[in-house]
Amino acid sequence: MALALKQINPAVMPVYPITPQTPIIESFAKYQAERSVDTEIIIVESEHSAISAAVGASAAGARTVTATSSQGLALMNEILYIASGMRLPILMAVSARALSAPLNIHNDHSDVMGARDAGWVQLFSENVQEAYDNILIGLKLAEMSRTPVMVIMDGFITSHSFENLNPLSDEEVKKFVGEYNPEKFLLDVDNPVVFGTMALPPHYFDFKVDQDKAMRQSFDDYKKITEEFSKLSNRSYSSYESYELDDADQVVVVAGSTAGTAKDVVDKLRKEGKKVGLLKIKLFRPFPTEEVKNALFKAKNIAVLDKAMSFGTKPPLYSEIVNSLWNLQPTTYNLQSYIYGLGGRDIFQSDIEKVFEDLISGDVSDEIKYIGIKK
Amino acid sequence: MNEELTKNLAPGHGTCAGCGIPVIVRTILGATDDPVVVINATGCLEVTTTVYPYTPWKVPYIHNAFENAAATASGVEAAYKVLLKRGKIPRQARDDSPRRIKFVVFAGDGGTYDIGLQSLSGALERGHEFVFVCYDNQAYSNTGGQRSSATPFGASTQTTPSDRKDFGNELFRKDIIEIVKAHHIKYIAQANAAYPEDLKAKAEKAFATKGPSFLLVFQPCNNEMKFPTSQYVAVGKLATESNFWPLYEISAQGGSATGGEKMKYTINYAPKERKPIEEFLKTQGRFKHLFTPENKKIIEEIQGQVDEGWKRLQKVASIK
Repeated sequence: MALALKQINPAVMPVYPITPQTPIIESFAKYQAERSVDTEIIIVESEHSAISAAVGASAAGARTVTATSSQGLALMNEILYIASGMRLPILMAVSARALSAPLNIHNDHSDVMGARDAGWVQLFSENVQEAYDNILIGLKLAEMSRTPVMVIMDGFITSHSFENLNPLSDEEVKKFVGEYNPEKFLLDVDNPVVFGTMALPPHYFDFKVDQDKAMRQSFDDYKKITEEFSKLSNRSYSSYESYELDDADQVVVVAGSTAGTAKDVVDKLRKEGKKVGLLKIKLFRPFPTEEVKNALFKAKNIAVLDKAMSFGTKPPLYSEIVNSLWNLQPTTYNLQSYIYGLGGRDIFQSDIEKVFEDLISGDVSDEIKYIGIKK
Repeated sequence: MNEELTKNLAPGHGTCAGCGIPVIVRTILGATDDPVVVINATGCLEVTTTVYPYTPWKVPYIHNAFENAAATASGVEAAYKVLLKRGKIPRQARDDSPRRIKFVVFAGDGGTYDIGLQSLSGALERGHEFVFVCYDNQAYSNTGGQRSSATPFGASTQTTPSDRKDFGNELFRKDIIEIVKAHHIKYIAQANAAYPEDLKAKAEKAFATKGPSFLLVFQPCNNEMKFPTSQYVAVGKLATESNFWPLYEISAQGGSATGGEKMKYTINYAPKERKPIEEFLKTQGRFKHLFTPENKKIIEEIQGQVDEGWKRLQKVASIK
């Protein structure tokens, strides 16, 4: 991620340390110290000020990025809505991590799921390569759709892992992201503009409807950008990835690094002749409802694996899948919700094999199942 | 209306009749010839100047939230620095040089002393070049007059109401100037909306300052201090004539890059004969309850505080 940010050479980057996001800002600071970027790094006193300064910098007309995790993202929450409401194309790298209490520094998706209705595009990354690619795609998407973008990778699992990476060349990145030339910005003092107005009942609602339209429009922008990116990188990109899905009866749906583990399980079970498949969600906001419906309509049993909770109801990804499939008639599928890995509890291939076994044996119900919790 | 006066903030804003905020804003912004960008915390000034789809602002303006005006300004100022470096700041026709832009934050006492204190501290310590203006009406006026940490001892507010056995706010006003001073910035001043000439001179110095500067401006609020709309200048003058709100400044003498170790206090105005504090207190409904036999000692205590404060100020101002 830091390499992608270096190649972008953003104008402003307000930063505040938090585990497990810190390697991003540390690597970036080294790039600045060796003068391979000329970014203004603002070493702020909290994440709240990081996103606040990002709002100021972006409104001023500067290409702006930041990074955070967990409590930091929760502390930013108020300003996330302001950034998206002002339609500022800020890019934020998030190392997803559990939320306190109890305190836990390891990975799950509680932090990013808590921000899912803040009006930010959310891109999940399975591995280091996707995290790198998503930074480039995300920046271009933010600026094209004028909607802020969160690029999410799993804390520690991806943020601290060593993997092979095929980066683009600096020139290719430069050409792909282009120059940032906003239409209206604060430093254009000859054309003064007001950011952050107060809108009363006759106007506020309309602002929000427009914002939602923009978010939906960003889905088409995402398609355009990923097509261009696929040509450039020879890596195919879309809002989801289907893995052995075409003829699969038993399907697991997941987002983030666990997709990698699940692919190995699918390979193993396929060798045993079982018709299993995987649907990996890459774009979580806006949610690719139609695409998911089309990808899943042949499945018999579907297990949705969430790495977050929505206390008192079904978890977020599960709810999105239900929402995608609700008008599929006749109802040909069974759906099972699983929650796994909270606070960094490992999920093993054997756990995912067990999920497929449940599906195959028809052990499917309306009750949430918890992977790795002893009954 | 005077065109020069309204070149940055036009008429048609919605502040209350007899509010001093427009005077503060116009006086300060009028003290520089450079273009300005205004950063505003949530509060009276913000809600009265940004109701969509209208605005009296003739300069670029951003309101982010309540507690983060200084952090927002940090971002704007950093953007200016990097875009200047990259040759992307609009150029002026005169000599094709990039625009020199000034950054001014306006926040109330809530957005400065209380909820905005952390982001203010961070921005001051980082040395961003901007002028932070606190228009201080000593309470949360925009939400209807609750106590803030700028509310003086003895004032009755919505959250510290006086009653027969309660004299209102029992806590002392936070010394925000000394807190700001601890950040080693080069220019700090206390001013008053009722003294616009003094305010203008201070704003000019603030704009000429390298790095951050801080102006604390007394803003007599007729709504929440409770006095007739015609009286804000009179109430403001009494605040200074009684030494309740002295006009003074603190500036660095040479010193180090971070603002210098030699800070000089200057009292800008010393009343020939300081007025008793009662004269200031009696003009305002928030102190009305103090004028009873049982609260006489509270007024005496306030007088003691004011005199002590003035002595302390004279002492630090006499240090060469």
